Amino acid sequence: MAEENHEQGKVGLAEEADGRVQQFKGWLQEKFQEQVEELKRPEDTQLYKAFFRVGRIDEPRNRALHTLNNFFLHIHPTKVNRDAVRYSYTWGMGGISFYLFLVLTFTGVLLMFYYHPTTVQAYRDILDLQNSVPFGLQLRNIHRWAAHLMIIAVWLHMFRVFMTGSYKRPREFNWCVGVLLLVLTMLLSFTGYLLPDDQLGFWAVTVGTNMARATPLIGHEGPFGPQLGMTAYNDVRFGLLGGTIVGSNALLRAYIWHCIALPMMISVLFGVHFWRVRKDGGISGPSPVMLESEMHE
Amino acid sequence: MLGNWHQLWVIISNPDNVPVVALIVLVPFFTWYALRQAKANDRLIAKLEADPELARTHHRKTQPYHPSWQKEVHVWPYLLRIELLAAIIVTVVLLVWALTINAPLEQPANAAITMNPAKAPWYFLGLQEMLEYFDPWIAGVLMPTFIVLGLMAIPFIDANPLGNGYYTYKQRRFAIWTFLAGFEGIWLVLTLIGTFIRGPGFMWFWPTETWDPDRVEFIATRNLDQMFGVNGKWLVHILPASQKPYADLWAKGLFGIIPVGLYFLVAGWLFYKIITSTPFSRKIFRRMSLLQVVVMEILLIVMLSMPLTFFMRNLFRIKYVWETPWFNL
Repeated sequence: MAEENHEQGKVGLAEEADGRVQQFKGWLQEKFQEQVEELKRPEDTQLYKAFFRVGRIDEPRNRALHTLNNFFLHIHPTKVNRDAVRYSYTWGMGGISFYLFLVLTFTGVLLMFYYHPTTVQAYRDILDLQNSVPFGLQLRNIHRWAAHLMIIAVWLHMFRVFMTGSYKRPREFNWCVGVLLLVLTMLLSFTGYLLPDDQLGFWAVTVGTNMARATPLIGHEGPFGPQLGMTAYNDVRFGLLGGTIVGSNALLRAYIWHCIALPMMISVLFGVHFWRVRKDGGISGPSPVMLESEMHE
Repeated sequence: MLGNWHQLWVIISNPDNVPVVALIVLVPFFTWYALRQAKANDRLIAKLEADPELARTHHRKTQPYHPSWQKEVHVWPYLLRIELLAAIIVTVVLLVWALTINAPLEQPANAAITMNPAKAPWYFLGLQEMLEYFDPWIAGVLMPTFIVLGLMAIPFIDANPLGNGYYTYKQRRFAIWTFLAGFEGIWLVLTLIGTFIRGPGFMWFWPTETWDPDRVEFIATRNLDQMFGVNGKWLVHILPASQKPYADLWAKGLFGIIPVGLYFLVAGWLFYKIITSTPFSRKIFRRMSLLQVVVMEILLIVMLSMPLTFFMRNLFRIKYVWETPWFNL
């Protein structure tokens, strides 16, 4: 119509513009409606599918794929024993331990930004962190209490696994991995204890490493140590401290064990632990009770 | 009863002791919680043992059950929402804890000023307490090794196939008693002693007793051979001439074998009696290989030596039972 008018030279520029605006308005309204409808179903968007690799959860298959196709969730099975999701069986202690490990890694990395592992400077860094860094004190608090909490969680996790007999076949190996994780957790906490370079850490580590002197064969005060040529300058304690006293070298060694070596070791064992949970048939129970009369002699 | 309650409060309110105080609440709670579920399962087991017909058709759990319910639920969302909830709760607990209690920071490290008491972190206080009763190589090296290897050995020496994946007490009496004795009876008790009782100089202060840093203790301990007057004056007549000057050492070294050997035999026999005391436990015992029995006996004997030494030292003031030039037990 506008075209026609134009050709006839009867319509002004204003009218033509008005027509085009009306047309655009209609188109925009349509598109807008479309967009709103689309946003009401976020699972169907390209972004969502790109993120999760599957579309909307409308059938069991997609629900399963959500877990299966997700890097962070793929350590889970797609389905679990319906009674295992009750708090009563697992107490959630294994998961809480791992979550605390993540919290510790995160806060630990933040703490590393403010810390030099050298004597004198280390202690000043802590003071600086507590007094000048925004939320520095809280950051340190969270790190320390999370460490304590993780040890409690790991102990209780072990306690639960024992009480449910979950170490029995076929999970024997994973129990052993768990014991190593327990040891590593306590060593991680212990190596961190020295890092503020205060009296508390210094004397705790002094007491701790003095025991290493007495290691049989490889400690210079241990049984058969001197006979094997052990002195204060070449025994296992010297190796742990990088010297004969808890000094600068000891601080550096504790720091590297705490921030690099032990976290790497524990991460690998975490992987093995989780992988074996799945391979050994998932979570152990609650499984149907077995009767003595059904036991094979 | 007019003790120094302030002293006790100082210990309890020490920030680094919060976990120990928490354990005093948490461990009994979870022990009760586990045993309560064990009792429930035991009742079910007894019912099913008595009624084989029922045992064939029963779903064999104490959890709510309906035949039409699916055995499994989707991880997304039924497990993930619990994990999210747990993460949130833990985060809130941590935040509240971090906002209310500050991490301790003592004076700068100084080798010239000894901390008194110089204590290990709470989770190693069990080991530090052992250090009071054993020589460092035993308490600091041998015992931890035994604990770690002993824990790892559990699945391989427990020949009982029952109680796999559910709480039970009656089907695993011995295993549960052993673990509770080790974890709570020894490890946690030593941790509590290390936290609440050990004061300056790592000396024994009863709760509410004031921690006196100037206290001097003269505890006359003696060795078992001294109690029996072993000094080698008989042995000197039998020894070859080159060894005569060392008759005392020889006598003590040889004498010590007797109590240690005796302990191993008696404790070993005792554990044998316990693990073969009921028809059920004899059934389990018959399933065990010789290696399993030997390893289990050794671990149990070593474990029992801890409380035994504790009582010998604190009640009878006996220090060593076996002295040799290289090591003392």
